[in-house]
Amino acid sequence: MVNTKKSTQKTTKPIIQAMDVSFFYGTAQALFNISLDIAPQRVTALIGPSGCGKSTFLRCLNRMNDIIPKTRLTGKVLISDRDIYGEKENIVDLRKQVGMVFQKSNPFPKSIFDNVAYGPRIHKLNDKKKLAEVVEKSLRRAALWDEVKDRLSNNAMGLSGGQQQRLCIARALAVDPKILLMDEPASALDPKSTTHIEDLIGELRADYTIVIVTHNMQQAARVSDETAFFYEGHLVEFSPTKEIFTKPKQKQTEDYITGRFG
Amino acid sequence: MRMDKFMRMLLVSTASISILIVALIFLFLGKEAFPFGFDPGLGKLFDTKWIPVSFQEERFGIYPLVAGSSLVTLLAMLISIPLSVVGAIYIAEVAQPVEREILKPFIEILASIPSVVLGFFGLVVLAPLVKNVFGLSSGLNALTAALLLALMALPTIITISEDALASVPKSFKQASLSLGASDLQTIFRVTVPAALPGIIAAIMLGIGRVIGETMAVLMVSGNSAIISFFPLDSVRTMTATIAAEMGEVPFGSHHYQALFWIGIVLLLVTFVLNILSRLVLKKYGMAQ
Repeated sequence: MVNTKKSTQKTTKPIIQAMDVSFFYGTAQALFNISLDIAPQRVTALIGPSGCGKSTFLRCLNRMNDIIPKTRLTGKVLISDRDIYGEKENIVDLRKQVGMVFQKSNPFPKSIFDNVAYGPRIHKLNDKKKLAEVVEKSLRRAALWDEVKDRLSNNAMGLSGGQQQRLCIARALAVDPKILLMDEPASALDPKSTTHIEDLIGELRADYTIVIVTHNMQQAARVSDETAFFYEGHLVEFSPTKEIFTKPKQKQTEDYITGRFG
Repeated sequence: MRMDKFMRMLLVSTASISILIVALIFLFLGKEAFPFGFDPGLGKLFDTKWIPVSFQEERFGIYPLVAGSSLVTLLAMLISIPLSVVGAIYIAEVAQPVEREILKPFIEILASIPSVVLGFFGLVVLAPLVKNVFGLSSGLNALTAALLLALMALPTIITISEDALASVPKSFKQASLSLGASDLQTIFRVTVPAALPGIIAAIMLGIGRVIGETMAVLMVSGNSAIISFFPLDSVRTMTATIAAEMGEVPFGSHHYQALFWIGIVLLLVTFVLNILSRLVLKKYGMAQ
C-alpha cells in the first residue's frame, strides 16, 4: 500500500484531537472520556458493536449532535488547533471544513448539478462559470463525472443507490473540506457499489483526512490506516489497522474482531 | 362463502350510494337549469347586470357575481396564503415542542367554528373596524368579507402545509446542515421546496373553501351586485346570491333557473380546482 511509506502518525501533528470527551443524551452517557488524535491525510476507521458510541463520536466532530435536543458534551475537541466547542467557534466555518457523508444516501430532490452546487451557493459562490467548474471537479473527484456529465439537469433521485452515495460525496467535496466524516457510507449498498466507494476512499486519502464508521470489519481492514475500537461508550483500543487486526492488545478487541460477539 | 357474497353486495351498494348521489345532484342541477337555455336563452347569462326582479326588464347577467366571488377570493388568498404558509413553517420547523402543543389545537379549534358564528364575529367586530380604519359609511364590503374568509382558510392551509413540511425526510435537513447551511437556509432552500407540492395542494383546498363559503360572506360583503374590483366596494358573490334569493324565488321561473346556472358555474370552478390540485400532487409524486 502506498501509505506505508508516509511518515508515521507520531511525527505529524494531529488535525483532530479529542481530549477527554464525554457525551450525554439527556442523562444517559454515551461516550466516556474519549481521547484520540487523528493525523492528517489518513483514513481512520471507527469500529465496534451497535450502540458502542462510534457514530456519536463521529457526529461530535462536526457538531451534528447539536441538532438533537438535550445533548451535552464535556471535554474538548480541537480541529486544526481550534476548539470547536469553544465560544468563538463559528459552526458554519466548522462544517465547511468538516464534510459528512451519511449512512443512507440523501441527495436533495433537485438536479444533479444543483445538489453539488448547493454547498458552494450557500457559501456565496454565485458566479456561473466558477460554479460549473466546482461541480465538475467535485464530480470527477467522486468518480461520478463520466456517468452523469450528459444529464446534470436530471433529478438526482433517478440515480442508482451507489451513484447517489457518490453524489453525496461529491456534494460534500464541493465545499472543499479538509476532513471527511463517513457514517457507514456503504452499508446500504450492493457489493459492486461498495467496492466503488472503497476505491474512492483510497483515492481521496491523498488530499483529505477521512474518519469512517463501519460495521464491516473487512472494510475497516481494507480501507483504513488506523482503527479505533469502541465498546459501550469507551475507546478500548486505537492502533494502526494492521496491528489491531493481527495482534490486538486488548482481549475485548480480539473477541470482537474474531467474531465472538458484536 | 355465502356470507362473503352477502357482505360484498352490502359493501358495493353502500359504496355506490355516494356515486348515485353525486350523479343525482348533477342530474337535478341540469334538469332545473336546462329550460333556461331555450327561453330566455343562455346568452342572457353573459350580461353585466343582475336584476332578477324588475317591472321593466329582468336581467340575469352573472358577471357581477363572478366578479364579486373573484375579488373576494383573490383578496382572501392574498391575505391568508402568506400568513398560513409562514405559520406552517414556524410550527413545523421553528417552534419548540411546547409551542407546537399549544398552537396546533388552537388552529384546529379555529377550523371547527361554524361559519355563521364567524359571520357574526365579522359583522360585530370586523365590519366596524374596517369602517373606522378607512372612514367609510358602512363596513360591509369585499375587504371585510375577504378578511373573514382568510381567517376561515387559515386552518386548512396551515394544517395541510404543516403535514407536508413535517414529512420532509430529516436526512435532507441533516445533509444541508452538514454542508454548513444555517437553519434558515435549510428551511428555505431544502425543506420548503421539498414540501412545495403539499403546500400548493393546501392552498388549492383553501381556495376551494373560500369560493364555496356562503353564510359568512352573505353577512358581511354588503351584497350589491356590481362589477367592481375595488376592495372597499360592497360586492355580492355567487354563493351568497343563491343563498339569499333561493328562498323567495317563484318555483320554475327564469330567476329560479338562473340561480341553478350559478350553481353549475360554481360546481365547475371547484371541480377544476380539485382536478388541478390533484394533478399537482400526482406530478410531484406525493402519493409515494
